[in-house]
Amino acid sequence: MRSFAFTPAESVGQAVSAQGGDGDAAYIAGGTTLIDLVKLDVMRPARMVGVNRLPLNDVERLDDGRLRVGALVTNTELAHHPLVTAHFPLLSQAILAGASTQLRNMATTGGNIMQRTRCPYFRDAAAACNKREPGSGCDALDGINRMHAILGTSEHCIAAHPSDMCVALAALGATLTLVGPHGAREIAFGDFHRLPEDRPDREHEIEPGELITHVTLDSPVEGAGAHYLKLRDRASYEFALASAGAMIAVEKGVIREARLALGGVGTRPWHAQEAEQALRGQPPETVNFEKAAGIALRDASARQHNAFKIPLARQAIVRALEKATQAATDS
Amino acid sequence: MDTTIIGHRTPRVDGEHKLTGKADYTVDWQADGMLHGYPVPASIAHGVLETLHLEQARAMPGVVDIFHHDHFPELYRSPSSAAHQDQVSEVRLPFEDERIYYDGQYVALVVAESFEQARAAAHAVRADYRQEPGAVASLLDTEQEGRLLESEGVCRGDPDTAFDQAPVKIDHTYHIAAESHMQMEMHATLAEWRDGRLIVHESSQGVVYQHKALARIFGLPDEQVEVVSHYIGSGFGNKLFMWPHAVATAAASQMLGRPVKTVLPRQQDMESGGNRPASRQRLRLAAERDGRLLSMRHDSTTETSFVHAYVDSLGSATPSLYACDNVTISQRLLEVHHGTPCPMRAPGETSGIHALETALDELANALEMDPLELRRRNYNRSDPAKDLPWSSKHLDTCYDNAARRFGWQHRDPTPCAMRDGDEFLGWGMATASWGAMRMSCAARVELRADGSVMAACGTQDIGTGTYTVVAQTVAELTGVALENIEVRLGESTLPAGPLSGGSMVTATTLPAVAAALRDAIDALKEAATGEGGAFEGSDPQRLEIQAGALVDQQGTRVGFAEILTTLKLGSVNGEGQAAPGDEKRQYSFRSFGAHFVEVRWDPGISRLRVSRVVSSIDIGRAINPAAARNQVEGSIVMGLGMALTEKLDYDPRDARLINNNYTDYIVPCHADMPDIDVELLDNPDYAFNEFGARGVGEIGLTGIAAAIGNAVYHATGKRIRDLPITLDKVMTL
Ligand SMILES: Cc1cc2nc3c(=O)[nH]c(=O)nc-3n(C[C@H](O)[C@H](O)[C@H](O)COP(=O)(O)OP(=O)(O)OC[C@H]3O[C@@H](n4cnc5c(N)ncnc54)[C@H](O)[C@@H]3O)c2cc1C
Ligand code: SF4
Repeated sequence: MRSFAFTPAESVGQAVSAQGGDGDAAYIAGGTTLIDLVKLDVMRPARMVGVNRLPLNDVERLDDGRLRVGALVTNTELAHHPLVTAHFPLLSQAILAGASTQLRNMATTGGNIMQRTRCPYFRDAAAACNKREPGSGCDALDGINRMHAILGTSEHCIAAHPSDMCVALAALGATLTLVGPHGAREIAFGDFHRLPEDRPDREHEIEPGELITHVTLDSPVEGAGAHYLKLRDRASYEFALASAGAMIAVEKGVIREARLALGGVGTRPWHAQEAEQALRGQPPETVNFEKAAGIALRDASARQHNAFKIPLARQAIVRALEKATQAATDS
Repeated sequence: MDTTIIGHRTPRVDGEHKLTGKADYTVDWQADGMLHGYPVPASIAHGVLETLHLEQARAMPGVVDIFHHDHFPELYRSPSSAAHQDQVSEVRLPFEDERIYYDGQYVALVVAESFEQARAAAHAVRADYRQEPGAVASLLDTEQEGRLLESEGVCRGDPDTAFDQAPVKIDHTYHIAAESHMQMEMHATLAEWRDGRLIVHESSQGVVYQHKALARIFGLPDEQVEVVSHYIGSGFGNKLFMWPHAVATAAASQMLGRPVKTVLPRQQDMESGGNRPASRQRLRLAAERDGRLLSMRHDSTTETSFVHAYVDSLGSATPSLYACDNVTISQRLLEVHHGTPCPMRAPGETSGIHALETALDELANALEMDPLELRRRNYNRSDPAKDLPWSSKHLDTCYDNAARRFGWQHRDPTPCAMRDGDEFLGWGMATASWGAMRMSCAARVELRADGSVMAACGTQDIGTGTYTVVAQTVAELTGVALENIEVRLGESTLPAGPLSGGSMVTATTLPAVAAALRDAIDALKEAATGEGGAFEGSDPQRLEIQAGALVDQQGTRVGFAEILTTLKLGSVNGEGQAAPGDEKRQYSFRSFGAHFVEVRWDPGISRLRVSRVVSSIDIGRAINPAAARNQVEGSIVMGLGMALTEKLDYDPRDARLINNNYTDYIVPCHADMPDIDVELLDNPDYAFNEFGARGVGEIGLTGIAAAIGNAVYHATGKRIRDLPITLDKVMTL
């Protein structure tokens, strides 16, 4: 591990100016992604700006029903927050399906959104990886790619986005507040994570030096049932092979509102909007869930070792929609 | 033997040390002026190291020196002989030549003032390689057959003819991926030279072996080397024999004149610190329609590396497990370009029994016979491989008890027939077995004037409870309370004890401790009956031991402490030796058991989980039933990983290890734990040793993966012949 300079910041303004838009500097929150990658010599910031003392620890309900979450609220706090368990159970379930208790105690909302892929070639400083070293190639394309994405891939990168929390955010809808050297701005969560295309190193719509200060969840879908289903090799403490976050609201026997997002299969948190659209107005039945799954996975493309993810994701979608329907109250 | 302490649960005598941090693991040791080593691993698996760029690393803060091919002392290779106890894991010396034989091979050792500085500088070392094509990543990726090892072959009867003529037969090939030991405590060495004497703290399962190997390598007389390993955070076999990091660290310390400590990071531990080799096994079994086995043919291939010929003997249990007149086994060995494999818990037989017990399940299906019934029909009462009776075999009781506890009689034999909601239940079983081994061993015992007893042996406690069982033995034979017994292990200067491997420590060590204890007691009796003694003039033969005291026939009792203090003696000492004897010609010694497993398969979401394991194991006498049960339960958990998730992923293109960490190499976690019900039969095997113990560290792992795979077949109708059985192999694509 290389040495780095550490500056703890006390306020957002101080953090942003300490970071200064410098490519060699990084914000550090829980450190569960960053320190790990620094130890592996994959991320190499010369300076780190500590953000844990910033006053961004609140979860508050806004007048319009939306929920504003400070970027430093830990994954544990957020998952167990009464406003979240009561109104956004999908978010709670998704967070608790991720990592381990110890990691969730450290991990923050902002850090989770910014976490890096688990692609093993990305984590191996000696391998070719366009995300780590633009232009060096992609060892995963023809390598061991069982964990890799089937949606949103490019010939430059097929890394899966690892987050569970972000799957729930994609389904729920949210807005990020960013503060940077040039002031504050907002961006829809769905626009924040980029597809890899030919620049897999650019993962987010974030400008140098920008800090995520808040995530604001859209107001909850009334009467919706929610279910997050994560399929993986072991029962816990393991990234998804495929996961689905689903919400279903039923009115008079038909689906009034449907939300669906996928994890473990997309190069970014995968919001299956067309599938949602296809579900609205249909009876909440398995045949329709299967159709929706087909739509969500229509463009899926697999490499040598991950073809099984296509049927697996289909299963995750169908079962998550079934369970969400069971949890919904028909009004 | 009626016992009050042996065979009873006692808390671990070292429990408090472990809980309070007093247990001194290798990494805990500090020495004055100590430096830190950090190896630089090769990032290719096959080729030549051309240039090392060290300038940047050398200039980094804290860096003291960097050792490599052109800057390393001339050393000797160890003869690596098991008979002479100088076996090593890799005979090639570190940096010996510039060839790269496997991914992660050390190309340099950075030594710096702090661990962090050494690691930072190691990352800054750049290397140019000339990579060569044709790296073989794994046995699983090649058609190559490897070379036949004549010495491993066994044949009785005429298996080929019997197979050809048999009415029912199966012929299948099974693959098992290479596995990592994933022991908690990393490989670690602290080396220090004092007046030409080499003192090494190592996380080692064999201090005597490492001590001798180091003496050979550095050209020193045995007395000039000392190896210490008081506590080991487990090893599962990968700490039996010394690895190159220890040699490099000792050499660095010699060159620099300061103590050097090297602790491997997990990545390097997994790349170059040992693994269970991948295997390919073809099983041909043939039977009469009534299930009687007519022919068994077990042909195996395993991996080794290009720097060491390690052989995992896969077929060694096959000729002994069932009654069958026509049996043959063969073994091939294939060199691959990854780190050297080494023994891993129940080495060889874990893989071999997996294939055999899976093949038997397939044969039972072909026969339309209950798989348990098939095993019963082929039950043997003597060892057909040796033509000797078993010393003590109660496998029939294991079958009966485990089947009853499991509820096997309710099994519907048709696959996919048992359902619970969305899930299909699968029930499978397999036999477990592990040979009982015993080596020669020496021990020393001191009865002290303060009433305490010290027992010492140059074996080690790898977390299994050796400190405790030695203390129990002393307590049993003297009546002295456990808290007044000190056990010293894990130092090569103590009387030579066995490797902590092969489940043989208990059976090997306790008789030696008992012999030393008797010797010490004889000395005590002699002193007590001699001039000025508490029993002056009495016949030593007529004194008995009761609760830490000698008692004569009149009932006069005098405590050990009083006897010694009266005579102004600080202590009396005893030395003891014990070794296997004639019994090997009279009996064959092996432990047996049975596993019954329930899996749940939800085909709607391709979820496969083990929900229940019931095992009944006969290990002779369990010296400490709590510790023994713990070994079996741990083995079952390890078998779960082997069956379902564990696989070292070597990239077929360049043989580099891809999942060299605890996140990507998937071991079972708490949420995967099934309900585990272990029964230990208690049938002391006195033909084996006076305590009747055959050892328990490994048997639980044998057969468990087969029982799981057989249950998967029963739940899904799919026979997965390649481990691990990940969901993508079972699901309908
Ligand atoms: C073993 C292991 C298993 C895991 N399993 C899972 C899993 O199953 N599911 C899952 O979803 N996740 C999993 N994770 C990932 C974990 O959720 C993330 O590491 C964590 O959420 C990151 O949060 P952090 O606060 O620790 O981020 P840090 O490590 O502090 O930061 C991560 C990145 O975000 C940047 N950053 C941090 N805060 C901000 C901010 N406010 N604004 C802008 N940039 C910021 C940092 O500069 C850095 O680049 C696992 C991690 C580990 C180590
Ligand atoms: S998939 Fe992406 S992250 Fe992985 S090696 Fe390729 S470019 Fe790098």
